[in-house]
Amino acid sequence: MDPGRTYDVLVAGGGNAALCAALTARAAGASVLLLESAPRHFRGGNSRHTRNLRCMHDGPSDPLTGTYPADEYWDDLQDVTGGRTNEALARMVIAGTAECRKWMAAHGVRFQPSIGGALHLAHTNAFFLGGGKALINAYYRAAARLGVDVVYDAEVRDLRIENGRFEGAVVARNGHAELVPARTFVAAAGGFQANREWLRHAWGASADNFLIRGTPYDTGRVLRALMDGGAATTGDPTQCHAVAIDARAPRFDGGIVTRVDCIPLGIVVNARGERFHDEGEDLWPKRYAVWGRLVARQPDQTAFVIFDARALGRFIPPMLPPVEAPSIRRLAAPLGLEPAALERTVMAYNAAVRPGTFDAATLDDCATAGLTPPKSHWARRIDRAPFYAYPLRPGITFTYLGVQVDERARVIWQDGRPAANVFAAGEIMAGNILGQGYLAGLGMAIGTVFGRKAGEEAARHVRN
Amino acid sequence: MSATEAGTPLPPRLFQAGRHAARICNACRYCEGLCPVFPAIERRLDFAEADLRYLANLCHDCGACLDACQYAPPHPFGVDVPRTLAAIRRASYRRYAWPARASALFARSGLALLLGAAAAPLLFAVVLGLLTGPDVFLARHSDAAGGFYQIMPHNAMVALFGAVGAYAAVALAVGLLRCWRDLAALPAGGAPAGAPPEAVREALLLPHLGDGDDPGEPHWRRRWHHCTFYGFLLCFAATSVAAFYHNVLGWPAPYPLLSVPALLGSLGGAGLLVGPAGLLWLKLRRPAERHDQAQLGMDIVLLVLLFETSLSGLLLRAWGATGAMGPLLGIHLGAVAGLFLLLPYGKFVHGLYRFLALLRYRMGA
Repeated sequence: MDPGRTYDVLVAGGGNAALCAALTARAAGASVLLLESAPRHFRGGNSRHTRNLRCMHDGPSDPLTGTYPADEYWDDLQDVTGGRTNEALARMVIAGTAECRKWMAAHGVRFQPSIGGALHLAHTNAFFLGGGKALINAYYRAAARLGVDVVYDAEVRDLRIENGRFEGAVVARNGHAELVPARTFVAAAGGFQANREWLRHAWGASADNFLIRGTPYDTGRVLRALMDGGAATTGDPTQCHAVAIDARAPRFDGGIVTRVDCIPLGIVVNARGERFHDEGEDLWPKRYAVWGRLVARQPDQTAFVIFDARALGRFIPPMLPPVEAPSIRRLAAPLGLEPAALERTVMAYNAAVRPGTFDAATLDDCATAGLTPPKSHWARRIDRAPFYAYPLRPGITFTYLGVQVDERARVIWQDGRPAANVFAAGEIMAGNILGQGYLAGLGMAIGTVFGRKAGEEAARHVRN
Repeated sequence: MSATEAGTPLPPRLFQAGRHAARICNACRYCEGLCPVFPAIERRLDFAEADLRYLANLCHDCGACLDACQYAPPHPFGVDVPRTLAAIRRASYRRYAWPARASALFARSGLALLLGAAAAPLLFAVVLGLLTGPDVFLARHSDAAGGFYQIMPHNAMVALFGAVGAYAAVALAVGLLRCWRDLAALPAGGAPAGAPPEAVREALLLPHLGDGDDPGEPHWRRRWHHCTFYGFLLCFAATSVAAFYHNVLGWPAPYPLLSVPALLGSLGGAGLLVGPAGLLWLKLRRPAERHDQAQLGMDIVLLVLLFETSLSGLLLRAWGATGAMGPLLGIHLGAVAGLFLLLPYGKFVHGLYRFLALLRYRMGA
C-alpha cells in the first residue's frame, strides 16, 4: 500500500466476494487496494470455512452430475426463503453460477466431486478441492500475480461519503487510523454476526448463548458505516444462516466440524427434557438450516439430540465424540437434565413409534402416531444401548441484514437512487436474495457473482 | 486398546494429537480429493494407534492439506496433519524395526548419524589402505587387469557385501512383515478398488507426492524422487547383472563403457547424483515448521549416503586407472556398506511401508 496514493478501487474485506471483485477490477486495468481486517493466517472471512458453490447447469459438467436448471434452482430458493427474495438479483446469481467456474479455475480454484456424506449435493454443488481456504489461497496467489495490493490487519472503520459519493475510508492499522482515498469503493466485509452487541440488540440476552461458526472479524463495521452514510437496508436483523452445532464448540471459528447432523436419526429435547419440533420433517439438507433458530428459541438456547447405538455410523461424526451412557437415565446427568423427565419423553416417543421400513435416503414410512410434536420420518425406537447425546446451541454462520443493491452491484441510497461509486458484494448484501432460510452453497454463489460484478462495475466507473 | 497392542506404543501426547487431527478431518472432509489419507479417515468412526500408523504411512508429506486447512495453527484447534503424521510415521518405523535394539537408531540425533555417514566411507578406505599396504593401495592400476581385486580380493568383497546385504535383507523383511501384520489387522471399511495394480501404479508414479500447495508449481519433489528411486533401481540392476557376468558367465569386471552393467550403472549413478541432491535442496529450502525435526537427520543421512555412493562409483569409473583408484574404491565400498547397514533403520523403509499402506488402502482399509 503506497501512502498518499489514490487507488482506483478500494476493496474492504478479504473473503471470496472481496477477492472476486479485486481480481476482476485489476484484470480490467484498475489499480486495486484490498484491505483485510484479519491477520494473514485468518484471512478470508467466512469463505475460509466454505466448501462448495451451488451451480446451475443444464448437463453433466465436471464435477457436477445430472442437471440443475435455472428454474429448479429458483424453486429451491423460493422454497427456503418463503418468497422473501429479490427475483431479478436472484436470477442474476443463478445465471452467473452457470459460467463462473471457468473463471474460478483460471484463477487457481480446483474442484472435486461431492465429498463423503454430501452425495445429495452431487448434482447441485461444486465442491472446492481442499475447501474454502484452498480457494482463498488460490485467489490471494492470483492477486499477487496480477498486482492487487493487499494489506492485512487493516480495518475499515468509517467511510467518507459526500453527497452520495465515496471519497475515502478511515482505516485502522498498526494502532492508528488514516484516511485512504479511492475513486471507488467495494464493500465486501461480511455480516455483523461476530458483533455480540449488535446481535444482542436484535435478539436480546439470548444472543449471549449463540456460538459464531466463522470468523471473529465480521464485526459489521463496514455495514454500519454504509448504513450511517445513507444506504438503504434490506432484511431483518434477526435473520441469519444458523444451524444447530455442538454446544462444546468454541465461541468463534469452530466451522464445519462442530456441526451435528444426526437430528433425523434421534429426538431433540430442550433443557426441560421435552421435545419441541418434528425431527423428521423433511430430508436433512432441506431442514438443517432451521434448527439454529429452533434451538435459539428454547430455554437457555440449548437442546440435546438423543440417539442410540443404531444411529452410530450413519452420520458424519462431529469432532468431539458424543456423550455416552448405558441407559437413558444415566445419560441425563452429564447433560444436566432431569433423569425422570428425559426418560418419560423417550418412553412416550418409543411407545408412539409405528412399524415401518427405515430408509435414511428417502422420506420413509417410519413415523410416530399420536405424539405431539410428531416425528414424521425415520422414527425408530431409541432402545439399543449404549445411548448417546450431543448438546446443541445455535451456531450463527452469517447475518442477512444488509445494504440494498441493484443488478450492477451498486449500493442503493435511502432515496432510492443507486450510488455512483459504491458497490457491495457477499454477505453484506446477501439479504437481498436471502430474506430467510438457506441453501447450501448459495453464500459462495452470491459472493462470486456479485463480487465479479462489483469489480467489473468499479473498473468501468473509473474508466468513464 | 493401545496397552494390549504388542510393540512400542505411541507416546500418549502423540497419540492424542493424531486422534485429534483425524477426528477433525473426519468431521470436515474438505481435503477428501487430495490423497488417500482422507478417504481412509472417512472409513473410520474413531482412531486407534494402528489406524494412525496406517494413515501416517499413507501420507506423502506434500503439505497440500496443511495449506488448505482452516484449522491449521495458529487456529486454536492446531491441526497440522503432515507434521503429526510424520511424527507417528517415525514412531512406526521404530516399532517395525528389527532388531528392536537397533531401532534406537531412529531416535539418534541427526548430527551423529550424519557424521557417521560421512566418516564411515573414509574409515573404510583407511582400514582398507592399511590392510593392503600403501604400495598397492596408492599405485596406478590398469583397468583391464582387474585392479579392484588387488585392493580387495574378490572373495573378500563377496563375503563382506554378501553378509551386509543379507543382514539388510533380513532386517528389511522382518520390518515389512511387522508392518503388514499391523496393517492386515485393520478392519476393512471400504470396497476394495484396484489392489494391487492401482497400488503399484501409485507407488511407481507417486501421483500424491506434490510439493505443497500451488497447483501451478512444477512438481520438483516428484521429479527428484523419481531420479533417486529409479537411479537406485538401475544401480541395483547394474550390480546384479555384473554379478551374473562374473559368477555365471565368468566375465570378470571391469566392463566396457557400452556394456549392460556399465550403462545401467552410469544412468543409475546419474540419477542418484541428481535426485538426492535435488531432494536435499528442497528439504533445506522448506520452512522449519514444515519439518519433523527429529526425522530430518535420518532423511539427510540416506540422501547423503546415496549421493556419496553414486559419486564415488562414477569417479571410480573415471579415474579407475589412476593412483586415486585405491582410495576411491575404499570410499565407495565404505559408502555402500554404510548405506546397506543403515537401510533398515533409516528413511529407506518409507518406500516399503508406504507401498504396503497403499496396498491396504486399495484393499479397502
